[in-house]
Amino acid sequence: MTPEIGHFALALALALALIQSILPILGAARNDVVWMKSAVWTSVAQTVFVGIAFAALMTAFVTSDFTVLNVIENSHSLKPLLFKISGTWGSHEGSLLLWVLILAVFGALVALLGNNIAEGTKARTLSVQAWISVGFLSFMLFTSNPFDRVFPPPLDGQDLNPLLQDVGLAMHPPLLYLGYVGFSIVFSFAVAALIEGRVDAAWARWVRPWALAAWVFLTAGIALGSWWAYYELGWGGWWFWDPVENVSFMPWLMGTALLHSAIVTEKRGAFKSWTILLAILTFSLSLLGTFIVRSGLLTSVHAFAVDPERGFYILGLLAVSIGGSFALYAWRAPSMEGGGLFKPVSREAGLLVNNLILATATGIVLFGTLYPLFYEALNDGQKLSVGPPFFNAGFIPVILPLVFMMGLGPFLSWKRANVGTVAARLKWVAVLSVGFGLVLWYLVRGGPILGYLSLMLAAWLLFATLREWALRIRLFEESFRVTMRRARNLPRASWGMTIAHGGLAIAIFGFVGSSVWKSEQILFVSPGTEISIAGFDVTFTGAEQIRGPNYVAERGTLSVRRNGEDLGFLYPERRYYPVADSSTTESSIRSTVAGDLYASLAQPASENVEGANVWTLRILYEPLVMLIWIGSSLLVLGGTISLTDRRLRVGAPRRTAASQPAPLPIAGE
Amino acid sequence: MRRFIATLFVGLSLASATFAVEPDEILPDPVMEERAREISKQLRCVVCQNQDIDSSNAGVARDLRLLVRERLVAGDSNAEVIAYVRARYGDYVLMSPPLNGATFALWAAPFVLVLLSVGAFVIVVRRRPSQQPAGLDEVEQAELDALLAPTKQDGNTS
Amino acid sequence: MRWLAFAPLLIAAVIGGFFLWGLDPDRDPNAIPSVLISQPAPAFDLEAVAGLDMPGLERADLVGNEGPVIVNVFASWCVPCRAEHAVLTSLVEQEGQTLFGINYKDKPEDAVRWLNELGNSYARIGSDLSGRAGIEWGISGVPETFIVAPDGTVLYRYVGPVVGDDAVQTFRAALRDAEDWQPEAGT
Repeated sequence: MTPEIGHFALALALALALIQSILPILGAARNDVVWMKSAVWTSVAQTVFVGIAFAALMTAFVTSDFTVLNVIENSHSLKPLLFKISGTWGSHEGSLLLWVLILAVFGALVALLGNNIAEGTKARTLSVQAWISVGFLSFMLFTSNPFDRVFPPPLDGQDLNPLLQDVGLAMHPPLLYLGYVGFSIVFSFAVAALIEGRVDAAWARWVRPWALAAWVFLTAGIALGSWWAYYELGWGGWWFWDPVENVSFMPWLMGTALLHSAIVTEKRGAFKSWTILLAILTFSLSLLGTFIVRSGLLTSVHAFAVDPERGFYILGLLAVSIGGSFALYAWRAPSMEGGGLFKPVSREAGLLVNNLILATATGIVLFGTLYPLFYEALNDGQKLSVGPPFFNAGFIPVILPLVFMMGLGPFLSWKRANVGTVAARLKWVAVLSVGFGLVLWYLVRGGPILGYLSLMLAAWLLFATLREWALRIRLFEESFRVTMRRARNLPRASWGMTIAHGGLAIAIFGFVGSSVWKSEQILFVSPGTEISIAGFDVTFTGAEQIRGPNYVAERGTLSVRRNGEDLGFLYPERRYYPVADSSTTESSIRSTVAGDLYASLAQPASENVEGANVWTLRILYEPLVMLIWIGSSLLVLGGTISLTDRRLRVGAPRRTAASQPAPLPIAGE
Repeated sequence: MRRFIATLFVGLSLASATFAVEPDEILPDPVMEERAREISKQLRCVVCQNQDIDSSNAGVARDLRLLVRERLVAGDSNAEVIAYVRARYGDYVLMSPPLNGATFALWAAPFVLVLLSVGAFVIVVRRRPSQQPAGLDEVEQAELDALLAPTKQDGNTS
Repeated sequence: MRWLAFAPLLIAAVIGGFFLWGLDPDRDPNAIPSVLISQPAPAFDLEAVAGLDMPGLERADLVGNEGPVIVNVFASWCVPCRAEHAVLTSLVEQEGQTLFGINYKDKPEDAVRWLNELGNSYARIGSDLSGRAGIEWGISGVPETFIVAPDGTVLYRYVGPVVGDDAVQTFRAALRDAEDWQPEAGT
């Protein structure tokens, strides 16, 4: 019964979305307040019904209802509860339901929290949001119904892919989708503004918290996915430039550009059409990701079940939403320019450079990701690979200047910055970071120049960010009391920027340290084997069989010492899941800020290794890798703090009555 | 039709029971082994979804790793080893596509995009005031400032 | 500058066109074209399978046959090879094709047992214990089947088992084309 309720709730949600997609926007055109207000209840009710459907599917998973096809294919009665729950979004259908739920939730949040938004803008935005809902709800109902039944039901399920049975990966899709789909609301705001024909400071301020929230979730989602790949895949890498990673990275890059460009639109009224374009692009790239992951268009390490019919449907959705919004943009945007002038050295110019670099980087990733497809189409089915060497060579040199700009930018004043003042303020930062690079080179030696250069730039960013913060609170210039008061009164948005920029600097230390100065040993071990790596003395003492709820495992024990001091044990496991008939490696990691000692165990593949007491051990030392996760957490924290800025919640300017909904032509303001 | 059969998370089977590089593959000479790893990272595992042979545990990947090491021991340069594999598996096997007529667009893209960005910067920054639609006049600007001003007070009172 | 506002739409449309092309159900994103087609067969020299009363296989055996020959890469540990074996056998017994085998990374005793059980219609079988000949042929898995012209030119490659009506028909058509094939003058 529950699955039918879920199915029915989805159909109702579609009906509500249809109403919401028409009524409010008509109301805005006719200035009919009741019609406009209908967006509020429809979006809330739509959320409730999608929520019911989601709860129904989750119930089916938790109670192991094997009459439901989706549960059979992705669950097993012995699976731990947490992974029964996460199994809800482990398949194409279930994850799509989660996608639609988040879409509806964001719409409802705007409906309920967006009291400061002009009624017309809000109505239009929510209608546009409902258009997306209609598209995806019908996609789900017509091609990917998660509630399909099977009769007679089998005795048990086929289990979820064991690699997905992991806490990190259980949480990864929800966070990622909160990010991807969160940008839908920004997209809807942009399309509404294009329909309405005006963009102003108020619009930028309404959009900013939603963009920021989506960005925070996307950052967390990507970082979590990267962390999962690091500890679960068994070879200690955290980024592979796989198409699926790239399609999550591109909206992040564009979203980051959007956050910064919206500042200029809000504070100076410039970059209007650019900000709108970024808002559309960010969500378009999220949709592109959904399409690529679910259509099987590109070969990737992780893809859902592939079905061309679904591919065509999503491509149709893309054509309508992206094509439609770009067409609208081409029509309306040219009349939207305007805003303050600025000099080549100014905060605006700095943010412009930031945006251009991010756009260039996105372009490179996009082109590299899609090039194999282009090549195949244009060369008669010949194939080509575009792998990490291309992305590293294209992306890193483009993005490094951004690190420099991030340090410099906050020192530039709006309109026109005084080069002398800026140089004076950053003099010691420059000296310190260059000094840091040289000392590091003197101490470490080995490794590529690019590694030292990157670390020097990261140091520059960190020092410059701290310097800017110190200037703001007049650290050491005034009494401690004054400094404290200034720190307290510093806007949350400034705190957010300081923390996020500092976080990125710290993450760069992790990126570089773990890629450039990683050491690795791969060897056969049997009880008693001693290994020394990066100053650690590791002894393999043996392995034992253990039994988990739905798997069996071999668990190795490694004792770790350094300079004769006992540092504890590592327990890498190799798990076998009989139902799914597949194995996973569970690496064991000793993490410190200085570096991770990382061990993973496997059975020897080689035919010529005999004896039951021999295993293959891969042991790695990755310096500073923890800084990636600390830095990412700071990015998330900075974004969150910025989100609590009072300016985003209250006091956002209402448009004056005179400029209320504009049946006027869209001339410059 | 083959695509129907394809992948329910097939690719995710990449972390399986065995590792990519096995201890018995490793060359005694660390410098040569380092070169072998370097080369392996540039060669794609042809049966895998999107992996280099260095990180793949597929049988063919292992054979290729052994081959790479054998060629190195036989005195081949890195480029010769890569050319050897490429002659048998085609350009597809190269993680970094070779520069030729059909890939020129790919390798040129970063440069073109950077140039476009530089051009965009110059154009935006050098815009003449006369080209601008009139911005806010002073009265409007004052109004706007007044509207935006409460934030500062907010900051101070919180 | 007005035309510039159309740039995103144009770019999106172009990319969308490629996507539409890519969704063609007949396109297999994972298929890799062989570089060997229309090239001379690679050099290789394989010993006979130990314990099997049948000669080994080398490059020279592919040249100078009366018609095109089939080169099948197989192994006893490969499950789909079992089904394919019946198809290849019927091609030999009913249509008189010549079938050569490359026994890929297989223990000789397993291969012998497998052939004794299923019958052996190969004319020659080379034992590729190291998998090196497999690399020379650029194979990505087992089974793979090639058609080689009398002058040693590789004409066709089939990846995966030749099993099922579609596959067998495709393969037969390739065989017919191979029989009509004439070496180009000067090559």
